[in-house]
Formats: sequence, C-alpha cells, structure tokens
Amino acid sequence: MTQAVSTHLHDVAHHHEHHDDGSKTTLGFWIYLMSDCLIFSGLFATFAVLRHNTAGGPDGKELFDLSYVLVETMLLLVSSFTFGVGMLNLYAGNKGRLLGWLFVTFLFGAGFVGMEVYEFHHLISEGNGPGRSAFLSAFFTLIGTHGLHVTFGLIWILIMMHQVKRFGLDGVSTRRLACLSLFWHFLDIVWICVFTFVYLFGVL
Amino acid sequence: MFGKLTLESVPYHEPIVMGTLAGVVLGGILLLGAITYFGKWKYLWTEWLTSVDHKRIGVMYIIVAIVMLLRGFADAIMMRTQLAVASGGSPGFLPPHHYDQVFTAHGVIMIFFMAMPFMTGLLNVVVPLQIGARDVAFPFLNNFSFWMTTAGAVLVMMSLFLGEFSTSGWLALSNLGNQNPGVGLDYYIWALQLSGLGTTLSGINFIVTIFKMRTPGMKLMQMPVFTWTALVTNVLIVAAFPILTVTLALLTADRYLGTHFFTNDGGGNAMMYVNLIWIWGHPEVYILILPAFGAFSEIISTFSRKPLFGYKSMVYATACIGVMSFIVWLHHFFTMGSGADVNAFFGIATMIISIPTGVKIFNWLFTMYRGRIEMTVPVYWTIGFIVTFVIGGMTGVMLAIPAADFLLHNSLFLVAHFHNVIIGGVLFGYLAAMCFWFPKAFGFKLNERLGKASFWCWLIGFWMAFMPLYIVGMKGMTRRMNHYDNPEWHPYMLVALAGAFIVALGIAFLILQIVVSIKDRKKNLDLTGDPWGGRTLEWSIASPAPFYNFAQLPKVEHLDQFWEDKESGRAFKQPTHYEDIHMPRNTGAGVVIGGIFGTIMGFALVWHIWWLAIVGFLGMVIGFVVRSYDRDIDYYVPAKEVEAIENARYRQLQQVA
Amino acid sequence: MSHSHGVAHDHAADHASHGSLKSYIVGFALSIILTVLSFRMVMSGTASQSSAAGWLVLLCVAQLLVQLIFFLHMGTAKAQRQNTGIFVFTVLVLAIAVGGSLWVMHNANILMMPGMGH
Repeated sequence: MTQAVSTHLHDVAHHHEHHDDGSKTTLGFWIYLMSDCLIFSGLFATFAVLRHNTAGGPDGKELFDLSYVLVETMLLLVSSFTFGVGMLNLYAGNKGRLLGWLFVTFLFGAGFVGMEVYEFHHLISEGNGPGRSAFLSAFFTLIGTHGLHVTFGLIWILIMMHQVKRFGLDGVSTRRLACLSLFWHFLDIVWICVFTFVYLFGVL
Repeated sequence: MFGKLTLESVPYHEPIVMGTLAGVVLGGILLLGAITYFGKWKYLWTEWLTSVDHKRIGVMYIIVAIVMLLRGFADAIMMRTQLAVASGGSPGFLPPHHYDQVFTAHGVIMIFFMAMPFMTGLLNVVVPLQIGARDVAFPFLNNFSFWMTTAGAVLVMMSLFLGEFSTSGWLALSNLGNQNPGVGLDYYIWALQLSGLGTTLSGINFIVTIFKMRTPGMKLMQMPVFTWTALVTNVLIVAAFPILTVTLALLTADRYLGTHFFTNDGGGNAMMYVNLIWIWGHPEVYILILPAFGAFSEIISTFSRKPLFGYKSMVYATACIGVMSFIVWLHHFFTMGSGADVNAFFGIATMIISIPTGVKIFNWLFTMYRGRIEMTVPVYWTIGFIVTFVIGGMTGVMLAIPAADFLLHNSLFLVAHFHNVIIGGVLFGYLAAMCFWFPKAFGFKLNERLGKASFWCWLIGFWMAFMPLYIVGMKGMTRRMNHYDNPEWHPYMLVALAGAFIVALGIAFLILQIVVSIKDRKKNLDLTGDPWGGRTLEWSIASPAPFYNFAQLPKVEHLDQFWEDKESGRAFKQPTHYEDIHMPRNTGAGVVIGGIFGTIMGFALVWHIWWLAIVGFLGMVIGFVVRSYDRDIDYYVPAKEVEAIENARYRQLQQVA
Repeated sequence: MSHSHGVAHDHAADHASHGSLKSYIVGFALSIILTVLSFRMVMSGTASQSSAAGWLVLLCVAQLLVQLIFFLHMGTAKAQRQNTGIFVFTVLVLAIAVGGSLWVMHNANILMMPGMGH
C-alpha cells in the first residue's frame, strides 16, 4: 500500500503548488509552536510577577541545587543534538540509523524527565510543594508544563519510531518527524530561558 | 464514583430552569423523532457531522451560533425584565444567585458560543472560496475544531440542568467568587478550554491556508479585503488565545491543586489574573470585529458597483489595528491602581487605535460616494452599522480617558458602550455577511422583506434598549446589579425592556426569514452563482459551490479578478479539459475525539469524577494516535465526475443567458 | 487509495532548512560552553549581583540565538524567511505580554499593596 505511486497522479500533483509537499504541515506546526511559546510567555510572566511571593517560605536560593540542574540541562541539550543527527539520517534515507538516534534521544529525554520528577518529589516531600506559596506555585507550573511537553515528546518519539518501522520513510513520517524535531529543539529553547531566569537568577 | 454529582444536582426547586428543561426535552424528542421519521441519520452523519468540507463545517458553526444566540438572548430578556421590575425595594423574580448566573451565562454564551462560532463559520464558508482554494490547509483539524467548540457549548447547556453555572461574570475575574467551591466556575473553565483549543487550532489552520493555498498568481495585496481581515484575525487568535489558556489553567490549578496564583493568601495576586485575562480579552474583541469590517468592505463595494476605496490603506489599517490591539489592555482596569503613568500610556494608546478604524469608515463612505447603490438587506445592515458603530466607538474614546473612566468604569455606560460596538459592529456585520453569502452556501437567496423587517427591529430595538443605559450609567447605575433603590432609574429600565422586546421581534423575523426562504427556495434560486454581481472569486462558481469548489484553479493577476474577467468577457468560460481532483476523506475521528471524549472529559473534570476524566483524556489521546496511523485519508475525484458536474453548471448558465 | 511518496522527498532541499553535521556540532559545542559559563558564574559566586544579571541575560540570548540558528535553522535565506518572520512577531508579542505585565503589576503592587512593593 505504501509503495504504490501512480506516476500520472504524481505528475498531476505537482501542477498544483499547494499539493502536499509537507510545507503546509511544517508551517502549521511552526505556528502552533509559536502559540506554545506564548503559553510559556504567560507562565514566565506569572513567575516573574510572583517570584518574590514566598509567603514566609523558602525561596530559590534555599531550594535549588544548581549542579543537579546543570546535569539535567546537559541531558536535554545532548538529546537535542542527538535528535538533530537523527534528522540528518532521515534526510539521507538511513532508516536504521535514524531509529538508533531517536532511541538515544529518548533515553536522554527520559533521563531529564526522571531527574525532574525526582526533584519535584523531593521538594513536595519536604513540604515545599506547589501549594506552599505563590512562588512555588509558579515554579512548579512553569517547570512542570515544560516537563509535560517533554513527556509528550517522548511518547511521540516512540510512536514515530513505530510508524517508521511500520510504514518506512514515507512522506507522512518524514513530515511528522520534521514537526517533532521542531518541537524537540523548541523544548530546549524554552529550557534555556528556564534555567537562566528561574534557577540561576533564583540563586543569584 | 460520581464525584460531586448527585441527584440533588438537578435544580428541582427552580421553576424557570425546570420549565426550560421540559421544553428542551420535548423539543429534543421532536427533533430526534423527525430525523428518524424522515430517515436522515445516515445523511446527517456522512454529509454533515463527519464532513471535512469547509463549507459544511462553516454552516454547522453558524447553526450552533444561532441556537446559542437564542439562549443568550433569553438571558438578556430575563435581565431586562428583572431590572424593569426590581425597583424601589422590590426584589424582582430573579434572586441574586440566579441573576449572577444569568448575566455570566449571557456574556459567556454571546462571546464564546455565539460570536466566535458565527465568525469561524463565516471564515470557513468564504475564505477558501475567495482565494481559489479547494479546502483549508488541514481539513480534519477543521472538523475537530468544530467539535471542540460544540463540546464547550454542550457543557454550557448542561450546566442549566445539572448543577449551576458560574456567577463570576464572563471573564471570571478572580475576586468575583473564584474561591466558590460550586461547579459553576468549573463548567465555565472547561467549556472555555475545550472551545479555546478548537479556536486556536482553527487560527493556525486559516493562517496556513491563506499563506499557502492561494490560487496561482494571487499575491497578498490582491486578496479580497475579507480574506485580509481573516488573516489578521487568525494571527490575533493564535497570539492571544494561548494567554487565555494559560490564565484559565492557572485558575484551574488554584481550584483543583491548591496553588496560590490568584488567592488572597499564600502570596497570590488576584490582579495578575485581571492583567492576564485582559491581555487576551482585548485582542479578542478585535478578533470579533475585524471579520465584520471585512464583510462590510465586500458588501459595500459590491452594491456600490465600485472598487473598494483605498484598498491599500484598508489592509494597513487592519494590520495596525491587529498589532495595536496588544497594547491597550489596561484600559479595562484603569481604576485598579497602576498609577498615572501606566494609565496615561494605555489611555493614549486606546485613543490612537481608533484612528485606523476611522480610516476604514471613511474608505467605506468614499466607496459609496458616486456609486450606484443597490439597497439590499446587506446594505441596510452596513448603513445601520456605520451609524451605530461610530457612536459606540466614540463612547469608547470617552472611556479611554482614565479620569472619565474612574466614574464610568463598570457602570451601565460601559455596558452600553460595548453592546453598542458588539451589536452594531460585530452582530450587524455577521448578519449582513450571512445574508450576503447565503446564496453561495445554499443556492438560493434569503427573503428580502423579512430581512429588512429584522434589520429595522434590531436597529430600533438596539437603540431603545441601550440609549437609556448610557444615560442611567452616567447617573451612577452600575452593571451586574440585581435590584436598585433609586426610583429615578426605573423609567429608563422600562424603555430598555421595551427595546429588548423589539430586538426579540428582530430575532423572530430572522428565524422567520430563514424558514420562509427555505420554503420559497425554488422561487429565489441563484442560477448563475453570482446573484449580486460580485467582484471576488467565490462568485465565479456555482451556488451552492461544488464540493471541490474549483474544477480548475483560477488564474489571478489583479485585485477583483472575477470582476475584471466579467468586464472583459472572459468570465463564465468553460475549460476544455478536466483533471482528477485530490480531496480529503470525511472522518468520524473529530466527532469521537472532540465531540464525545472531549465532552466526557470536561464534564468529568467539572464534577470531580476522576476516573471518568481519565477515560475522556485517554480517549482523546488514543483517538488521536489511532487517527495518525490511518494512511487512507484522501482520494481522487475522477476527472469524468468533475466534468459531469461542471457540464450541468454550464448548461444552467446557458439557460439563464 | 492512498497517495504516498515512495522516497523521503526533500522539497526544500537546501542546507538552509536542514543543516549539516558540522552545523549541529558547532551549535552543540557553543551551547555547552554558554551553559557552563552561565552556571559557573552563579555557582562560583564571584561576580557581583547586578553585573552577573547582565551577563546571564547576554549568555541566555546568545545561546537562544545559537540554537535557533543551528538547531532550528532560522535565518534570512528564502526558505527560512517566513519562519523567522513569524518567530520575530511572536517574540514581539511575548515581550509585550511579559514586559507589560511586569510594568503594570509592579506599579499596581507598589501603589496598592503597602507590604509588598514588588
């Protein structure tokens, strides 16, 4: 089913500029990412306004372990790099290598999420959960939303790995991987702002 | 097992509500019975509910809008009646708790479930046709967006009979009861989050459609003005709605997870909610008005038989309004103490934003000047709009002065102002657009006489209902007030009530117009596809448009290319050969994911039925993943079939000629 | 009948949109350096507060640009222009929302919440 290409239909397709060349999908996804960027902007604005409202509780300086965050940051950064290499393999048509790099990306991403879950667990068990103060509410929501995005990305990576195995590197999978790559890199972009403005500024 | 939901959640002790429930059940049985009797379930499912055709989806949106208009207006009549009665010590018939739900529901329904779906519906029907495209960029997503909006509307309707609705006003400003543990505010939150997601996805859909799917040759500055306003509107949607999503999510976190974003303790800051919600709220009103402006542009140029005056300045004015809509939001809370500097900046910005709108008004007037104006129903709406909206805009500039606003904030003057611009601008525009493009969607014209009757009732009714509010607002009467002591205000309330009844008559004429037009459709057929002598591409194809829109993508070199073609005799020429056309398949995925699981999830979250909420959520996610595995989502219409349909059209054209 | 391309088509087959191994490695290396610099500055506690704040913002913006250019392929080449333009617009809205909120709320807090001032 997937390999059947009727050449005359294919030619017909190319007469129309807006036939499915993937550019509509990637543009649409890019715009969606911009809307996601604005979701984060709302969360950052809220964090910025509420960052000193600790309600007598601890602030960032007391809570944040920067060496821990540095490790987290490196995990995510490496995963962004490995995804990029995976994409190069996609465009070169190397299905096996693509799957390998996707899996490595998954591992590093999962490591990031794991570390974050552990950090949250630690904070909550010490009584410094999101309900402790407005500062912590904003912290947990901003970081947590980012973490949820990463988690969705991980699930998406697994699904794409399966779809590539099942359908091969057809146009649909290529398009979707292009979208996922935008998504994955974008998550690291957001994280740069997070570690700078939440963690580093918090300790400063 | 059922969370907070119990049999006591049904408001047995409220006669008005129970009466309405009886009516709805009866009406529902009749409707479902009729569909069964006429054997239309399969037709409904395959041709409408699962359709990914933008024209069908657009019509469905508008049907939802009109249904919700009726409920929203019922709320309005209830408020007007209560205020006409509850003077000088009398408590009226609506106790405060119920009244608060009525004004909240009125606002929420009118903005989110009447105006937004109406607008999205119009964009859906018209924009792809205007740019010579065969559908929107993401047809399945389009269908899904519709069902998400409907899921939200269903939640709002359900709140009438199960539990209660929010009492916090249409924006749920934190200090108006968000700590209330009742389900009302939760209905509000989830209805808005579901429909908001649908709207945002719609915004993305249309931006990509307009950027990527214009027919060959159509440059941006050759697009019809309605498409331009659609583009700016959708950019505003994608830029603003995420803020609404976040703000409601933070409110949700406060309510469900015990966070302290907007609480009074724990370091929360309720003003941050006000600030954020209006960063969304102001662009929202421009989202509503811009397509109306676009519709008026098309209508006035068509019926003046002249090109639109100042096309370029119209486009730039629209873009300016779009950008500037993001820097005026604080004018909604001048009185909340941000100080003179902040107030001055936003006050001046608010006054400046009225200038591009003024440019548009002048352009419309100059378009009419020395035109050969045909006084059709859409033109009536347009002229009514120009007069009404300009006055409404001027009261807006008055309110933009912080010092004046300190007296008028949250008074009935404010209420009169925004109804002035929303009814006079948005609603008149959408009704005009509906009349104008109705033949394209359905193949026959709407009844002119009833349309004019509806218009006059709306115009006169509106002014009778809201002029008193301006006056009494200046005298000090505030909004959202359940009863009052000042006997001086009473006569104004009576006049306002009379006005509301005249508007009700206008709505009745509107419904009657649709019913009679359907009955008389054979007498008012649009046989050429160009019933008004239009200027833009949508009028170059049959009415109703064939499902693939254009058999051959039109070639465009100028603005108003279709008009040029008619003038030069090149229009209505049948092409010599046809090709297969690539079309998307209909699908039930949107109904299932959005309509069914979306509603389930929202409902379950409202009532804290956690297991059901998880079911709803997983249903949505899994449904989406399953859909992604479906590789059979499109097909080719054989050239022969296209040819047969087109031959029928050109035969009909010959007959008319 | 489904219509699918047998081979992964490269409709935008220019380097501008897809990058190369070299550009990913450069981006990766630069990101590591900028990250470590930022963390070191705060963790060592050397720099004074106000100058450190300035440097942190600079390093953050620098790394954002690095990743936008090397990982997300933003730029001014024809294939990338639209995405870049859309991104710039988003940043504008973001700046207004965040900056505007900070300005408004800061003023509101100072004037209306005597204990807070922040």
